[in-house]
Amino acid sequence: MLAADMLIAQNVGFYIIAAIMVVGALRVVTTRNVVHAALWLVVVLAGAAAQYVLLAAEFVAITQVMVYIGAVMVLFLFGTMLTRAQIGAEDNLNNKNWFIGIPVAVLMFATMVIALNDGFGNEKLPMDAPVVTTQQVSDQIFGPYLLPFWALSFVLLAAVIGAIVLARRD
Amino acid sequence: MLLNEFLILGAVLFCIGVYGVIARKNAVMVLMSIELILNSVNINLLAFSLRNGSTDGHTFALYVIAVAAAEVGVGLAMVLLMYRNRRSVGLDELSEMKG
Repeated sequence: MLAADMLIAQNVGFYIIAAIMVVGALRVVTTRNVVHAALWLVVVLAGAAAQYVLLAAEFVAITQVMVYIGAVMVLFLFGTMLTRAQIGAEDNLNNKNWFIGIPVAVLMFATMVIALNDGFGNEKLPMDAPVVTTQQVSDQIFGPYLLPFWALSFVLLAAVIGAIVLARRD
Repeated sequence: MLLNEFLILGAVLFCIGVYGVIARKNAVMVLMSIELILNSVNINLLAFSLRNGSTDGHTFALYVIAVAAAEVGVGLAMVLLMYRNRRSVGLDELSEMKG
């Protein structure tokens, strides 16, 4: 990487947010407290929203904040509250042979890094790209991607009905 | 910014999520790890969208977010059902389908 690139504010911001996200993600998968894991997941999701802003995707960033941090995290906290006997640390969160996950993740990461370095080595993102406006995104969704949008609305309908049927007491 | 920085960030999150799916026994924690994986995919989609100067990646990312929300809703309903029937959310106890 060029030294001049490091001075750009976007780069510094990227590395700070990326470090926070990685620490948060590691805490999500290692903490012994389910509520803490949910709150660390909020950190990762907010960092992802910040990265979307850096990637000139403001509408997706706002959707991320509203849907993930607003709705999905509330669902997770409700799920935690409704399914746990005690609030606090638990010893029983990991599988017996959880350590198998470490070599799998490390090998997968090594493979991906080699492949990515091979394929995209020093390719730069365009720094002066215009921000993608909400209008452009909506033109895409309601134009060429209209059929998937309909399919998606049926997926959400099926999910709502399925969740009601599954969770209903009778 | 380099394209690779975003892709490697996505790879890190993906691998942490895969570790979580493998290592965790609590069903809620597994769902959280799946959220990590889906977010890493979104970062990749948006990075490639910026690189190619198109907005297709944004549309895909929005669809991924919607499907993830649906998945969490159904997943947590299943976890609730499991807890109600067995008083536990351990995935290793769901062994009835073992041959």
